[in-house]
Amino acid sequence: MTTLTRETTAQLPQVSEPRNPGMDLDLDWVRAVQANTSAIERRAATLPGRRSVKKDWQAAWLCRAISCIDLTTLSGDDTADRVRRLCAKARQPVRADLLDALGMDGLTVGAVCVYHDMVATAVDALQGTNIPVAAVSTGFPAGLSPFHLRVAEIGESVKAGAKEIDIVISRRLVLGGDWQALYDEMRTFRDACGDAHVKAILATGELGTLRNVARASLVCMMAGADFIKTSTGKESVNATLPVSLVMIRAIRDYWQRTGYRVGYKPAGGISKAKDALVYLSLMKDELGDRWLQPDMFRFGASSLLGDIERQLEHHATGAYSAGHRHAAG
Amino acid sequence: MTVKQIFGSMEYGPAPESAAEALAWLVDQGDRFGHFINGAFTTPGDGFESRNPATGDVLATLSQATQADVDAAVTAARRAQPRWEKLGGPGRARYLYALARLLQKHSRLFAVLETLDNGKPIRESRDIDVPLAQRHFYYHAGMAQLMETELPDRQAMGVCGQIIPWNFPLLMLAWKIAPALAMGNTVVLKPAEYTSLTALLFADICMQAGLPKGVVNIVTGDGTVGEMIVAAEVDKIAFTGSTAVGRRIRKATAGSGKALTLELGGKSPYIVFDDADLDSAVEGLVDAIWFNQGQVCCAGSRLLVQEDIADRFYTKLRQRMDGLRIGDPLDKCIDVGAVVDPVQLRSITRMVEANTAGTMYQTPGPLPETGCFYPPTLITGMEPSDPLMQDEIFGPVLVSTTFRTPSEAVSLANNTRYGLAATVWTENVNLALDIAPKLVAGVVWVNATNLFDAAAGFGGVRESGFGREGGWEGLSAYTKPTGKPRAIKQIEPLHGSGAPTDPIDRTSKLYVGGKQARPDGGYSRPVWGKSGALLGHASLANRKDVRNAVEAAQSATGWAKTTGHLRAQILYYIGENLSARAGEFAHRIDAMMGGRKGAAEVEAAIQHCFTYAAWADKFDGQAHGVPIRGVALAMKEPVGNIGVLCADEAPLLGLVAAMAPAIAMGNRVVLVGSEPYPLAAADFYQILETSDVPAGVVNILTGSHAELAKPLATHMNVNAVWSFSSTDLSGIIEAGSVTNLKRTWVNNGKTHDWTPTNARVCLDAATEVKNIWIPYGE
Repeated sequence: MTTLTRETTAQLPQVSEPRNPGMDLDLDWVRAVQANTSAIERRAATLPGRRSVKKDWQAAWLCRAISCIDLTTLSGDDTADRVRRLCAKARQPVRADLLDALGMDGLTVGAVCVYHDMVATAVDALQGTNIPVAAVSTGFPAGLSPFHLRVAEIGESVKAGAKEIDIVISRRLVLGGDWQALYDEMRTFRDACGDAHVKAILATGELGTLRNVARASLVCMMAGADFIKTSTGKESVNATLPVSLVMIRAIRDYWQRTGYRVGYKPAGGISKAKDALVYLSLMKDELGDRWLQPDMFRFGASSLLGDIERQLEHHATGAYSAGHRHAAG
Repeated sequence: MTVKQIFGSMEYGPAPESAAEALAWLVDQGDRFGHFINGAFTTPGDGFESRNPATGDVLATLSQATQADVDAAVTAARRAQPRWEKLGGPGRARYLYALARLLQKHSRLFAVLETLDNGKPIRESRDIDVPLAQRHFYYHAGMAQLMETELPDRQAMGVCGQIIPWNFPLLMLAWKIAPALAMGNTVVLKPAEYTSLTALLFADICMQAGLPKGVVNIVTGDGTVGEMIVAAEVDKIAFTGSTAVGRRIRKATAGSGKALTLELGGKSPYIVFDDADLDSAVEGLVDAIWFNQGQVCCAGSRLLVQEDIADRFYTKLRQRMDGLRIGDPLDKCIDVGAVVDPVQLRSITRMVEANTAGTMYQTPGPLPETGCFYPPTLITGMEPSDPLMQDEIFGPVLVSTTFRTPSEAVSLANNTRYGLAATVWTENVNLALDIAPKLVAGVVWVNATNLFDAAAGFGGVRESGFGREGGWEGLSAYTKPTGKPRAIKQIEPLHGSGAPTDPIDRTSKLYVGGKQARPDGGYSRPVWGKSGALLGHASLANRKDVRNAVEAAQSATGWAKTTGHLRAQILYYIGENLSARAGEFAHRIDAMMGGRKGAAEVEAAIQHCFTYAAWADKFDGQAHGVPIRGVALAMKEPVGNIGVLCADEAPLLGLVAAMAPAIAMGNRVVLVGSEPYPLAAADFYQILETSDVPAGVVNILTGSHAELAKPLATHMNVNAVWSFSSTDLSGIIEAGSVTNLKRTWVNNGKTHDWTPTNARVCLDAATEVKNIWIPYGE
């Protein structure tokens, strides 16, 4: 009998990851993808029972969750002042006295996510920080405006200072199985982004099956997506654990075959600190610690931060907290 | 570590479940336990320590039951049984419901105590063992409620001795006690000596529920106590544990008339086809072999991967193994806890160290410094001939080989003495539903593994034992047909000295593989009629004729795959041909036995052909309502090759009444005809020859039941032996059956009710229930 052992050469932490350049569309790979819904649901259902973080570990993990939040406002009634308030919260997501009590400093959210018209305001409000501004784009949320306008919208947002562009894919291409067209669309969007990173929103709630989610994930990564993201937050079903499992397994496969790491962003419906911990453990267990950094993992969320703040105050004081004790964002 | 450091490292950290309440309960009990007999705990006696395998700490001191303790428990159970049965199903249902509620109310206490005692991760005891145990009591509360209306022909067995293992202490207790109580039995249960604490807590619950005294009795101790229970005046023994001990119990109870069910070991295959969702199949293995440290009788311990994806699959699997967390079972963030005892740890270690084949990979990282821990282990590149591919390890060790085609997967999967469970991963519904029935196992999971529920029977075939636990099919293990069979007297052949009734020599042959065959020994015996006239000679089969007949039966396995409709047609045809020669058969019976009952017996035999022809396409399986999005299909499958020592007192009916249900269900039979009146059996093969019965499906021998019982009972390619002989062979058959743990159905010297209304009893004996779990959803 021979014995295999894991190579455990100490690796220096990789500070910045090479961008996923994409690859030629490999339809054999795309078509061979399987996703067994029942099995995926079982894994998702048992995960919260298998993983648990307590006390200081929980506090640290919740801080990590904050650092991965794309603090978001995507409302028709957004104004410049509203966005400035959000950006202020992004700079100082947790009360200073609480951070002191935890021994944490310099904690910010991962990014601020707004519509194109608010990009300039946000960029201005975040001057002097490393917090990037992300813009939803390409006819968000439905992605049904004229194609050349969708592409042009990306250029406008990049010009306005957005460092990250959250594009929406054309769901009809997935539902029609037109993988080549999806690939071409994603390629065009990626090229239009230039140096800005591109997150591909799959709108998983509208793709019909987990198999489609897996296939669309792969095609977008092949076409050069830096991140794949579940949803716009406007669909009736947004981020779920089963969908996340499918997408991050696709990320793992892509990484193992190409060597490139693609990030993951669940968005919509994650509003509880406890849920955030489950997502972090899902990333840690399925993909590894490297995917717990904000350049590889983001929460698209608007109300999650508030719940985490309350949990952190509870951790610091031992008393359950109230929402009004934390600054509005 | 500071919060800031953890923020950087993102480690999990400790997440301990408190043991305080469970330890307090032990203290309340004085840390010493007696037995639970007749509704109260006895004074603790001499005994042994129960330890926490994760730490080695002593949890409590338990008493080793003496013969007097066991006798007292059995006496209490015996005394309580009639009243408990008479209480009626709805009355018993209320107690079972109360037990379920109390289990639920104290669920955390049960879970923590189980983990302390057994070493399994708290997640498993909390999320799996305890909820399934509750479910079993709820489900069987319902069965008690329905017994009188749904099972009017069944009654309680009486007192059940139950011996359970250490891998799922509370759950196995529930599987044993709930159905027994529901059906009106009382029990004497012995938990495993490593893990008795939750059984004792359950005893506490029984008192809280106000369960009548003596209905549940629990005695603790080692295997010698088990032997005392097996030897005691009980009506039934139910055992879950190792195949070796199961064999000893089979031998010890042989001929005693005690009913027996055995849930034994396994080496269950886990088959991954190349179109499977590989990531999900990898995750399934975590639940298959690293669940409960692999100490699971139905663990998917033999991985069979399709060649073209094997490397990719193994890579994914090893990566998944890296993520398994091993350590303190009370930690809520642990996947693999402690092995139950140092003895078991040594056994696992020794088996793996003795292996020289394949490539081994183990989850990296240090194990806890103290306690019984073994790392999750994968050994790839194994061959079926390697001992670890055949022997049950009962630890977190997965062995693997590859296959090329579906049929090769099936043949590798079935290349084992066991037959408990099997798992199939494929996205192709045609493939899954083709493979599942071909796997020799009592349970098959499609795209899932280790799913359990009270509504679906669990149990094995081959050397994994017999009997089912759970579902409607599980109730037959705790009931028997109503009615009181009478004692049977041995019927001696008649003697005479008269001249032959026909000057032409009449020597009947044997019927093997569709052909008439002379007996291997070359002997025959004269058969005289009641009047003393010589009716002819009957061949005397010997063990080699048994061998040939079984060989012929084995070559006719295709019969199992025929449709019920076809088998019905053939049975009707047999009936029709028998009817055409009814007078001749009646005359033969009358001549052999005297009297004039031949015509009625022939008529009854024809009725049996028609009855089982009717049943051939109607003895349906069930779709169990298990709590998943999916179904558990309880499929009725033929038992296989069945040897029958036919009733002596009804030379034609006894033969036909055993043959018809057996072949109706797709079995092949070796029938040994009535010993004193063998000529009807011999005449009958002429009927078979004209009735389109394929060669080998029915084989007929004549001769000495006593001589032929043993070779049939010990033959390892015979799956069941039935005896309705007037010779007392029950002990010989049951003792002989240990070779391959074949099913036995013996008369224990009592008559059998051959009326067609009793058909279900025969049909049940002629079938095994296989539960195929099919979760679905896209």
